[in-house]
Amino acid sequence: MMSPAELLNARLQQRRALRSRSIKPWYRNGALMAGIVIVGALVLIAVLAPLLAPYDPIAQDLRNTLASPSAEHWLGTDKFGRDILSRLIWGAQVDLRVGFLAVLIPFVFGSVLGAIAGYFGGWLDTILMRIVDVFFAFPFYVMVIVLVFIFGSGEASIYLAIAAVSWVSYAKIVRGEVLVAKKQDYVTAARLGGMSHGRILVKHIGPNVLSQAIIYGMSDIVMDIMAIVTLGYLGLGIAPPTAEWGSMINDGQEFITTQWQQATIPGLMVVVASLGLSFLGDGLSDLLSPERRK
Amino acid sequence: MIDRLKFIPARLVQSLPVALGVTLIVFLMAHLLPGNAALALLGERATDASVAALTEQLGLNRPIWEQYFIFLTRLLQGDLGQSLTYQLPVTDLVFQAIPVTMSVLGYALTLALLISIPLAALAAFRPGGARDLGVRTYTLLGQGMPQFWVGIMLILLLGVNLRIFPVGGYGTTMVDHLYFLFLPSLTLAIAMCPTIIRSLRSSMIDVLGSDYVGTAKSKGAYGVALLRDHVLRNAAIPTVSVIGVNLGYLVGGSLVIEQVFALPGLGSLMINAIFARDFPTIQGVTLFVALFVVVVGILTDVVYTMLDPRVDFASKDQT
Repeated sequence: MMSPAELLNARLQQRRALRSRSIKPWYRNGALMAGIVIVGALVLIAVLAPLLAPYDPIAQDLRNTLASPSAEHWLGTDKFGRDILSRLIWGAQVDLRVGFLAVLIPFVFGSVLGAIAGYFGGWLDTILMRIVDVFFAFPFYVMVIVLVFIFGSGEASIYLAIAAVSWVSYAKIVRGEVLVAKKQDYVTAARLGGMSHGRILVKHIGPNVLSQAIIYGMSDIVMDIMAIVTLGYLGLGIAPPTAEWGSMINDGQEFITTQWQQATIPGLMVVVASLGLSFLGDGLSDLLSPERRK
Repeated sequence: MIDRLKFIPARLVQSLPVALGVTLIVFLMAHLLPGNAALALLGERATDASVAALTEQLGLNRPIWEQYFIFLTRLLQGDLGQSLTYQLPVTDLVFQAIPVTMSVLGYALTLALLISIPLAALAAFRPGGARDLGVRTYTLLGQGMPQFWVGIMLILLLGVNLRIFPVGGYGTTMVDHLYFLFLPSLTLAIAMCPTIIRSLRSSMIDVLGSDYVGTAKSKGAYGVALLRDHVLRNAAIPTVSVIGVNLGYLVGGSLVIEQVFALPGLGSLMINAIFARDFPTIQGVTLFVALFVVVVGILTDVVYTMLDPRVDFASKDQT
């Protein structure tokens, strides 16, 4: 039996929990709005790059190399006399495109495999989870770098390398969610109603488990952007002279003593992009699974 | 204590399939190279004779299962093949590079704990307060910064402008190492901190709200003493596994950071091998790093058991 004080306490806690769980309209969700504004602005910059960039990002001007910021070149020029601001703007296009596209294959592939493993269980599940364990042993950057080397240079091999490494996370997340979901009453009801396993997975379980994968996807885009930028920095990413934030940081490192902005600003862009995506992920997780909020 | 560590042999056996899978993937990498691997490695201007020699050296002309068997046998003998650029055994190159990478990793972990514990405590003592907000802003920003870029920024700030620390190299004596490796380790520590702080902060908030901490407070414990004697050990338990899980990611990051500071560790070995198309060395480093992650997983379980007497891997058949 609970004492009256405990009872009161429990009721208070319940009330508090209910209040915090009350559904806010999406536009009142601060993190989500901040995310939408930041990511929206960056996407806009990327899409409008041809209009916004004052110069051609790969046009060299060898008479005006390593210029300091001025009225003509707001952020100065690099060692080939290319306008840094223009490269920064065009870089948004490359880095965001690759970041967003790179999550698609692992998202679909990993989620499908994870759902099948979690739903049917048995030896299929065992084998898949062992494979996932093996893949988890390889550090993300190491595997991406080696795979990009193996698949050869170019954007396609970056997608492939990232997909080969990051599908495991989706498989693990979705499998866990399906394990919980398949024990719910609505699944039993659908099964008793004569629905096939495939239909149950797609129509009933899918929508309920995907939200976690989508939320993870937001942080995965950040990881992928980091990977592209890192590859670019190491000289293994998008081939020069295409403007890309990582290779811009590499170009700038050489001149860190005289031109600090060259290496600093592309990195700040990465920070802004990941901040926006983190907000978006937090906001989405409030929106999609309010019951898990702390 | 010894009793509870009985799970180790079973845990080792459990890790065997994973370790074997790791060797299989590293082995198969050579076969993912498009076309004839030897030709792909040597480039288009290779002569027929040199392609044939490399094919023989890599064992590419045998059936694939036989190649894997040979690969495994050699591996067990500590033979990862010859480096194509240095003409030295890959094992030697890897073992030369390991001390550098491991020192950075250990140094960074120490620094990360020295930074994270006070910051997490600062945040946890008054959740939602100004200090908490500051610490959480840092964790948010910290996760969004590319690690190599943080390194460059530290070089700019502490190496170039303030001239406090050397920006590259490794030094020769122990004191030298501590001094030379400070910036790279701090870089890696800054990457580690957000994850550690997040985990430590939330478990500290839980522990601070528990009854036994209330009792300790009522007996007069407060501040640092309360934290050290009553809170830290229990709050550290979940964090240990968080560090263990993330260490793989961090090893990857440390390899890139080595490149920023020109340290002769595993990262530089691998990146240089990639540019030289030195496949046996790439394979060797990848294999070593992945096996290291598997071992760290086991070590994490051991530390976990020692910190928390309630965790008993030995009696229950769990992973």
